[in-house]
Amino acid sequence: MSGRLERRFAATRGAGRAALVSFITAGDPDFDISLALLKALPGAGADIIELGMPFTDPMADGPAIQAASLRALKAGQTMVRTLEMVRAFRAGDSETPLILMGYYNPIYIYGNERFLADAKAAGVDGLIIVDLPPEEDGELCLPAQAAGIDFIRLATPTTDDARLAKVLSNAGGFVYYVSITGITGTAAADPDAVSGAISRIKAHTALPVAVGFGVSTPQQAGAIAAAGADGVVVGSALVRALEKSLEEAGEGAGIAAVSDLVRGLADGIATAGRKKAETAAQAG
Amino acid sequence: METGVSVKAVNSFRSGPDEQGRFGIYGGRFVAETLMPLILELERAYEAARKDPAFRAEMDGYLTHYVGRPSPLYFAERLTEHCGGAKIYLKREELNHTGAHKVNNVLGQILLARRMGKTRIIAETGAGMHGVATATLCARFGLDCVVYMGEVDVARQQPNVFRMKMLGAEIVPVRSGAKTLKDAMNEALRDWVSNVADTFYCIGTVAGPHPYPMLVRDFQSVIGEETRAQMLEAEGRLPDSLIACIGGGSNAMGLFHPFLDEPDIEIYGVEAAGHGIESGQHAASIAGGRPGVLHGNRTYLLMDDDGQISEAHSISAGLDYPGIGPEHAWLKDIGRVTFLSATDEEALSAFQLLSRLEGIIPALEPAHAIAKVLDLAPGKDADHLMVVNLSGRGDKDLASVAEHIGAGGRP
Repeated sequence: MSGRLERRFAATRGAGRAALVSFITAGDPDFDISLALLKALPGAGADIIELGMPFTDPMADGPAIQAASLRALKAGQTMVRTLEMVRAFRAGDSETPLILMGYYNPIYIYGNERFLADAKAAGVDGLIIVDLPPEEDGELCLPAQAAGIDFIRLATPTTDDARLAKVLSNAGGFVYYVSITGITGTAAADPDAVSGAISRIKAHTALPVAVGFGVSTPQQAGAIAAAGADGVVVGSALVRALEKSLEEAGEGAGIAAVSDLVRGLADGIATAGRKKAETAAQAG
Repeated sequence: METGVSVKAVNSFRSGPDEQGRFGIYGGRFVAETLMPLILELERAYEAARKDPAFRAEMDGYLTHYVGRPSPLYFAERLTEHCGGAKIYLKREELNHTGAHKVNNVLGQILLARRMGKTRIIAETGAGMHGVATATLCARFGLDCVVYMGEVDVARQQPNVFRMKMLGAEIVPVRSGAKTLKDAMNEALRDWVSNVADTFYCIGTVAGPHPYPMLVRDFQSVIGEETRAQMLEAEGRLPDSLIACIGGGSNAMGLFHPFLDEPDIEIYGVEAAGHGIESGQHAASIAGGRPGVLHGNRTYLLMDDDGQISEAHSISAGLDYPGIGPEHAWLKDIGRVTFLSATDEEALSAFQLLSRLEGIIPALEPAHAIAKVLDLAPGKDADHLMVVNLSGRGDKDLASVAEHIGAGGRP
């Protein structure tokens, strides 16, 4: 496990709360605003950053993240520029874990070896590659581990116990539980179902479990944290907040709008952590 | 005997895919985790079905009585005279129920879906022929049917849109990306991820994650198997060359696959060159693309230097896709199939020529294959037997052809 991810989860666990994993798309709406936003996220309350590598055909994503990818590509975002953003971020922040999320083709074309070397040098801690299931571990998962980058595995409601062992076999960093059968940002996660799934995954692994795909409000983030998640991932809601503020108020407003939402989400998670501690204290 | 069998398997071009779903480096299962259990379930169901004589018998019954197979292998006498070389036969897939080869595959997948207890069928379509075939069999078996179709294709293939609606299917126009077949496939995958319990994804070509390239190929191989028997009956020997158009490549694979191990048979796949390969506006992934990963498989793809998928262009909606089936990619690399390409202009000329010479209006897709027959046939001897797959009929294309050449047709 990467030092930064391990330390961050240990810290949030020590503080009695879940980690907030905040997703934005690299280069959305352009390189400069996106970099400024990236730098603002930790101060607003993001514990871990998930940075999307834009792709023309994001098959697991809903309309919000598709649109963000296309905005970024239109503004000239490339893999080289995405790694440049990571380096610029890392220059001012050596502790916040940063993971890259995306689809395999842009990496494959960049060159797997070159990508892993450049990503490691830039300060990337982990990878989430949607279209690389365990069946394709030889492609990038095992080389990433060898290069010292965690390959973060997705588990879903369709991943049964028999399959869970396979999914977790080469997992690193944390397990990302996809809380709905669907695409990003289109349905709300059911905290009860999520709670059961987290217990099931934790029976198979000591890795932290972060939950995403169906979380957009501070209340939902709090509920997912209360359901036992070690991390709560919010993506489409942040991307939508950025899009909305750009449309309504222009460039400068985007960073403030996203930061406000991140602050709210962090509060939601912190509140859930406090309630849990109070309940535990009363029970004790 | 054991040794003989295993040597044959090793030396065969027909033994793929391997257990990872690969043809050489191509193919595979590059899908989101949510879909993995579903495609593994499909693989198991297909393995069971193809070993079950009852499944084969059920397929054969519908192929005969509903689809209207076997389709004729027709000696195109006037086309042969016109070319002045090879003896040209047309495999008449356009005479199938629904007017194209697509129904062969859809029938297989729908019968499989029924065995699996699935009640809702989704499909992507470009020209609309796969959508029509899917809507047709869903009507026949009382299944819900949702067809994803790019908005651009909805506009240029109106007759097929109306046919699908008549058959009770829901058509979802796709407005993302280039609004053509690639984007329709993205949306179908998004639907499948969202509706895992009751939904079967009926893919229309020899692409997508394993096992689709294999099972679509198997269902389409009836084309080549019939051709073999029909040619033996007509000429007492096997053909000397095979030609078919390729978008994803299902009609081509159906014709080619049963002949891959006949070393003397020349095999040609014809991609859509659009405005010309050098123009950059084409759909020829072999001629103008390189290996990458999209829609669940590794194959030749049209893309930019950053791995972003390019928009394909072809006058034919059915070929307007930036990829090709993985088995074709492998056959290209090992040199078993020769890939050619035909431009929009060449296809339009061939479309008109075949209509006037043989009284057969082809779809724009096989018109690309006919265009290359015009190049290849004159150089062959009179005893060279050439088979071209006439994969679909041209009714759906009349409006767009009229738009290009004027409603009066070209003199």
